[in-house]
Amino acid sequence: MYDFAYHRPQSAAEAVGVRQRASDGTYLAGGMTLIPTLKQRLARPSDLVDLGALKELTGIRLEGRTLTIGAMTRHAAVATSADVRRAIPALADLAGQIGDAQVRNRGTLGGSVANSDPAADYPAAVVGLGATIRTDRREIAADGYFKDLFETALEPGELIREIAFPVPTRAAYRKFRHPASRFAVAGVFVADFGGSVRVGVTGAGPCAFRWRELETALAGKMDPAGAGTAALDHSRFNSDLAASSEFRAQLVRVMARRAVEALAG
Amino acid sequence: MKVSMVVNGVPRELETRSNALLVDLLRHDLRLTGVHVGCDTSQCGACTVRMNGAAVKSCTVLAGQAEGAEVTTIEGLGQPGALHPLQAAFQETHGLQCGFCTPGMIMTALDLLESGERLDEARVRAGLDGNFCRCTGYHNIVRAVLLAAGANA
Amino acid sequence: MNAMIGQPVRRREDIRFITGRGRYTDDINLPGQTYAAFARSPYARAKIGRVETAAALATPGVVAVFTGADLTAGGIGPLPCGWLVKSTDGADMKVAPRPPLAATQVNFVGEPYAIVVGETLESARAGVEALDVQFEELEAQASLATAMEGVQIHEGIEKNLSFHWALGDRTKTDAAFAAASHVTRLEFANNRLIPNAIEPRACVAAYDASTEDFTLYTTSQNPHLERLILAAFVGLAPEHKLRVVSPDVGGGFGSKIFVYPEETAAAWAARRVLRPVKWTADRSEAFLSDAHGRDHLTTAELALDAEGTFLGLRVKTRANLGAYLSTFGSSVPTYLYGTLLAGQYRTPAIHVEVDGVYTNTAPVDAYRGAGRPEATYVVERIVETAARELGLDPAEIRRRNFIRPDQFPYETPVALVYDTGDYEQSLARALTLADVAGFPARRAASEARGKRRGLGYSCYIEACGLAPSQLAIQLGAGVGLYESGEIRVNPTGSVTVFTGSHSHGQGHETTFAQVVATKFGISMEQVEVVHGDTGRMEFGLGTYGSRSLAVGGSALVKSAEKVIDKGKRISGHMLETTPDEIDFEEGVFRAKGTNRQMTFGEVALAAYVPSNFPEGLEPGLSEKTFYDPKNFTYPAGTHIAEVEIDPDTGVVTVAAFTAVDDFGEIINPMIVAGQVHGGVAQGIGQALLEHGVYDDNGQLMTGSFMDYAMPRADDLPSFAVDTTVTPCTHNPLGAKGCGEAGAIGSPAAIINAVTDALKVKDIAMPASPERVWRAANS
Repeated sequence: MYDFAYHRPQSAAEAVGVRQRASDGTYLAGGMTLIPTLKQRLARPSDLVDLGALKELTGIRLEGRTLTIGAMTRHAAVATSADVRRAIPALADLAGQIGDAQVRNRGTLGGSVANSDPAADYPAAVVGLGATIRTDRREIAADGYFKDLFETALEPGELIREIAFPVPTRAAYRKFRHPASRFAVAGVFVADFGGSVRVGVTGAGPCAFRWRELETALAGKMDPAGAGTAALDHSRFNSDLAASSEFRAQLVRVMARRAVEALAG
Repeated sequence: MKVSMVVNGVPRELETRSNALLVDLLRHDLRLTGVHVGCDTSQCGACTVRMNGAAVKSCTVLAGQAEGAEVTTIEGLGQPGALHPLQAAFQETHGLQCGFCTPGMIMTALDLLESGERLDEARVRAGLDGNFCRCTGYHNIVRAVLLAAGANA
Repeated sequence: MNAMIGQPVRRREDIRFITGRGRYTDDINLPGQTYAAFARSPYARAKIGRVETAAALATPGVVAVFTGADLTAGGIGPLPCGWLVKSTDGADMKVAPRPPLAATQVNFVGEPYAIVVGETLESARAGVEALDVQFEELEAQASLATAMEGVQIHEGIEKNLSFHWALGDRTKTDAAFAAASHVTRLEFANNRLIPNAIEPRACVAAYDASTEDFTLYTTSQNPHLERLILAAFVGLAPEHKLRVVSPDVGGGFGSKIFVYPEETAAAWAARRVLRPVKWTADRSEAFLSDAHGRDHLTTAELALDAEGTFLGLRVKTRANLGAYLSTFGSSVPTYLYGTLLAGQYRTPAIHVEVDGVYTNTAPVDAYRGAGRPEATYVVERIVETAARELGLDPAEIRRRNFIRPDQFPYETPVALVYDTGDYEQSLARALTLADVAGFPARRAASEARGKRRGLGYSCYIEACGLAPSQLAIQLGAGVGLYESGEIRVNPTGSVTVFTGSHSHGQGHETTFAQVVATKFGISMEQVEVVHGDTGRMEFGLGTYGSRSLAVGGSALVKSAEKVIDKGKRISGHMLETTPDEIDFEEGVFRAKGTNRQMTFGEVALAAYVPSNFPEGLEPGLSEKTFYDPKNFTYPAGTHIAEVEIDPDTGVVTVAAFTAVDDFGEIINPMIVAGQVHGGVAQGIGQALLEHGVYDDNGQLMTGSFMDYAMPRADDLPSFAVDTTVTPCTHNPLGAKGCGEAGAIGSPAAIINAVTDALKVKDIAMPASPERVWRAANS
């Protein structure tokens, strides 16, 4: 690991300030991606701004039809939260499938969403639920948030404070995990808002995206078979040792079908 | 920089580098060599310790992130002659061979035991999927955890 | 107390491991210690130009930098291959010299070309980054499939061919095929594996300038062999000036047998900097630089008559050696492979040809099973396929061809003499244990859920405890294959056992104590087992090839018998009779027909406090043996895999796995079952998950646990394990060896089950989701 200046601010405002003053700083949330990257000397930030002490970024609130989760809330907390289980059990289910037990004890919602790994789980839910990302300076709608491989709408130094998830009538997440890394080769989050349906897909493309063709089909008829027939362009899908783009498309369809089937159950 | 933490019940104040990892502090500064390092991508789990009551991979925690934390390593569990039931179960079921993954495996399993969940084979296997073992095929590790849980092993 | 042999005694070594008190190499810290980091080639093949070290040396904390040229100038020779294989034309295998640090050319990604020694690991790494090296990249030959037609890697080694080796009678085999009514043919790859013991390789090397002694703590399965090679071939230090200590070692699986560049360079550097040098591989380095396993391309043909009787087997294999011959790289795809192709069967004619070829990839050497999993895969895949083609039950075709119990000793057409076995017994037991009778109902239930279900058999045989030395040396081995065992009875009656075997998970400290305690009729607590230190025991060949109990354990039995003999002489003297008149039983020496007796402890004390010993009876009670086995041992058994396949995702779930093994007499059934579990897990890993992949440029695509799929707890089922016993006929324990059987038998069983479920002739390993999905939907 290269050397860096380490900061542990006590407020979000202080964190943003420290980050802004650093020549090439970066926020440290759970560190599940950043720390391995640093260890392999693949990144050389001047300053690390550790968000670990910021209680204000932690917590889960259920208010009406909105579930709001602080950016520094750990995956394990989401997976076991009574509020999440009551409001959006699919989200708890998703959080419980991230990485492994130790990763879930450290990794955070904000870290995952800020990083926008193409194979991360949370982006499927952010897109699938049409969440709102609240930062230190604005609100960003899910649909405009994920831009590309490891690229989001966040500006340099912009800090995610919390994410607000609309509570659907019902939702489900199904994931095909990578045999080695346990990231998502394909993950599909289907949310039924009673009349409208959203489908968020992760793992398959450069970043999470909505499968609008399936949304339309399911809005017409909530039929698992729709996942097999809705148009799905896999020309930009990832292709690697674990799965060709063609196989990924198959997995997206199967995970989508199973998610829709789970809605009925 | 300085970090303070409580390790195996003993308050510690350590002078360290900003880029030191928790595992470095434990292994090198405190000579708690029961904490092992088996990979550099946060997969194998050999370095697992408990931090504030939750299993974490100490190779993926910066020293500064452990500020104020309570850390328990394998050395803070039972001792020879006064083993923790989980340690005893690992010996009883032959849940270890080379022993290298064992401390991390035990620390993760401790989380499972204390979760209050009803444990069966499938739950134990899922719960241990962040810890690699190359020797045992996991068969006897699963039996060890179930034995310690009082379930049918 | 005699019941101790055969009891599932809990392991004594566990206490230190479960309390965090194990002492592995990286746990050792010496005063004034420095840290080493290696500069490694980013190219699969390149000429090394100028290596500019000034900036590295100027890096804060860097103590020294040494290049390949420095090592050569320091008299350090290339790392040797310990087994000379000859080609069919009588020529010696062609060896590309492997310097510990490449000086002029690098030949695989990750090959080290410089060592940087620093005050800290970080400073050493910074020094590596500061090295300025001019590489001239050359075209690489990474693919095994095209290796004999592609770019020539090493000067003077045409077609990249190190050897063309053959075994068996070609004429007789051709005749068998000419007379056959059916021929089954398969072409397949045996996938490249990366061993991944969870403890990475490491060393701490120290040089004492005053005595000129080296001490090398290292992760070795065979410290004496490491010392021998470093002294005799590499020229690090005279053997008597080099102590190699292999403390607790976190798994080996073959990968820690070999003498590697890093330990060699670090040890040499310790003398240059006159401070201890520590090196611990990180996992990324381990992926690049540990010797890999398997990696064969094979065509196999089985000739049968109309009743399914095997008439002949013809096998052609291209084996990947990697960029250099590793310590035993030549023996694995030849003598450890071709000799096993008879399997459990009476196949009368067998011919095998192997091309050992170089590629620009990491060296390939022994990995759990070493040649025998590859041979078993050939035999058991083609036998299963033949059964399907002939419409025969796969168990029945095996039964028809088994070597029968009354045919032992049985000489195979591929140079082995099996001493004993009962293959039908283990097959029958496995069929029951796996509830094969209930399979059709389970298959129907799976199909009702939209899944597919398959059953696969593998009736493997293996040869362990490679022996005898004379034969091995005739066949090209550079070392003998005996083992040493010394028993020192201390004056108080406690016993210190020194074994040349090395335990890195196998539980020798318990098993060997069981053997010795049982022999002496004393409690296990009285027996200490010492291993892994050239400074403490005389010699040893270490642990690999499932040899420790059959060879190392036998040496201890012989030494124990010598101790008892001497005890009879001492007690005979003390009890005023002759040694012939002394019986030894349950720890007591007794004058026959009398009540005069001495306990083991009393005899030990008498041995060291000799009272009026007659001439010719020396004081002391300490004996040693070098045990050289008369033959291999031949563990064999039946594995049955049952899999369920999700045709939508291609996921294969191992629903059940049954292993019934004949390991001969068993000392500790708990430990034996554990060995089977671990081996089976690695075999399932090979069949379904693991694959070391290089791209055409020689870059390792599976260089971390993010891409190389290790079996995890939730990838595997619990295993059904049982044993049958036909005692080995030629060693005093009747034991055969159990360390590798799981990895040898299981891949074929899994792939036979997957192909059964999918109703396809073949599928490549690993049967990954995409491959299975394509096969299920083709």
